[in-house]
Amino acid sequence: MESFLMALTVFVLAIFVGFEIITKVPPTLHTPLMSGSNAISGITIVGAILSAGGAVMAKDIIFSIAFLNLEMSLSSLLGFLAVIFATINVVGGFMVTHRMLEMFRRKD
Amino acid sequence: MPTEYSTIHVIITIAYLLASVLFIFGLKGLTHPRTAVRGNLLGATGMFIAVIVTLLYQEVVSFQLIIAGVVIGGLIGAVLAVKIEMTAMPQLVALFNGFGGGASVLVAGGELVKATSDPGLQALIAIAASGLIGAVTFWGSLVAFGKLQGVGVPDAPVRYPGEQIVKIILLLASIIFGIMMVMDFTAIGYYWYLVILASVLGVLLVIAIGGADMPVVIALLNSYSGLAAAATGFVLSNNVLIIAGSLVGASGLILTNIMCKAMNRSLANVLFGGFGAVDTSKPADDIYANVKATSPDELAMLLETSRRVVLVPGYGMAVSQAQHAVRDLFNLLESKGVEMEFGVHPVAGRMPGHMNVLLAEADIPYDKLKEMDEVNSILEQTDVAIVIGANDVVNPVARTDPNSPIAGMPIIDVDKAKTVIVIKRSLSPGFAGIPNPLFALDNALMLFGDGKKMIQETVTALKEG
Repeated sequence: MESFLMALTVFVLAIFVGFEIITKVPPTLHTPLMSGSNAISGITIVGAILSAGGAVMAKDIIFSIAFLNLEMSLSSLLGFLAVIFATINVVGGFMVTHRMLEMFRRKD
Repeated sequence: MPTEYSTIHVIITIAYLLASVLFIFGLKGLTHPRTAVRGNLLGATGMFIAVIVTLLYQEVVSFQLIIAGVVIGGLIGAVLAVKIEMTAMPQLVALFNGFGGGASVLVAGGELVKATSDPGLQALIAIAASGLIGAVTFWGSLVAFGKLQGVGVPDAPVRYPGEQIVKIILLLASIIFGIMMVMDFTAIGYYWYLVILASVLGVLLVIAIGGADMPVVIALLNSYSGLAAAATGFVLSNNVLIIAGSLVGASGLILTNIMCKAMNRSLANVLFGGFGAVDTSKPADDIYANVKATSPDELAMLLETSRRVVLVPGYGMAVSQAQHAVRDLFNLLESKGVEMEFGVHPVAGRMPGHMNVLLAEADIPYDKLKEMDEVNSILEQTDVAIVIGANDVVNPVARTDPNSPIAGMPIIDVDKAKTVIVIKRSLSPGFAGIPNPLFALDNALMLFGDGKKMIQETVTALKEG
């Protein structure tokens, strides 16, 4: 329970920080804000890595991929897919935001 | 989180804190175009740190899948980011949103699958929430992508009788599956039923929305992708996910709110209402009886003698890729000493800030892009207002007719300029489906044709003239 309450505290405070900062973003930058914040929401990659690289648990459903000499559990398979998804989000998001923002800077 | 605080655990926690601070500084950088590039790089650095220290966890025992996933995902993301046309930015952002949501579904599912002992009530509720929000985000975003890209789903809203009841039933049913999953963590099947129902819900929510309402949906899905990440943070008791997720959630909510205000509609009305039947009380032919057409040559002559020009772009500018032609016009007029500025309505285009990105791509300095209120204050002293590919956002009916579907929507008052030139292919209505009396005003002239071509011809005429 205590860890939940701590997490809840962090959650609520972070939302307030978010509101304070984002309200100051000018409309001109709303598209880069969306793509950039989107990239940040790719932070799920942390959880994805923990799933993909985790030890194989007895309860889990296990696949063996013989030619890769790899034993894979269902949770690591889900983690693997999640790593792909989250990395697309992170890499694509930050790169496209950079590309856009360079355009805004050019004529400064 | 382990109860004993080993050194490595302290390092990881501090690094996550650092990453969170970098995300906050990164977003803060986006408050000005000058600091924005650095802000984005700070955010990316934060993400890099978070990823690297996660590899230090003792729970991470094998790296093949992680490396393979990062390489595959990184390549896809990089190619998309480099190749995408600026006009296609809304669908790309929609797609990235979706992947974020999808990742949350998968991570929460993975946690459930490998749980050997009861993860506890909070974690289970968070798993259900991740699955629900993540699946809605993933499928909703894919539909939004399809609509904007013009593949698979019609751009127009898809509506049918009883649709709200269907959605409510889907939501309730997925919550019930969530509750059943929370009561018995070994019943993994319930989680996937929940995800399937939430997926259908995501599709139905977005398929009912179309055209000019897309900015609201994109902003809302942006917010959901953040909330999904935060929910996954509760699953893992991981603060960096919670902080990053709630920052994004807040950002999406603010943008959603701005978009709704700019249309004078509530979020519920955008999501569930849509525009009603088309008002046929006044036939469009009557309204358009006095429409006058003009030519690029005539527009060039008008511009030649102007001192102040305001251009109001809409989605049509993106469709005809006219932003570079507009830049040529801008440069030419500046060189002739004509002051040219741009009036950008908050909901112009298909996502928040869409027009600004296109004009920035074409090298228009950002201080020439004026917000609605600012441009409205100068329109009375403006000689020529050029509307290109916009319709509802300049429809004076919003001010005058309280029964109109767009009544009370803040608009750009181009009708107050000495002359209004509307560049448009035909007199067809905008997304709201109503005629625009602006086109028939005494001071309005229609320039019928493709936006890009018309601007180019005007530029040529100006050079020759």
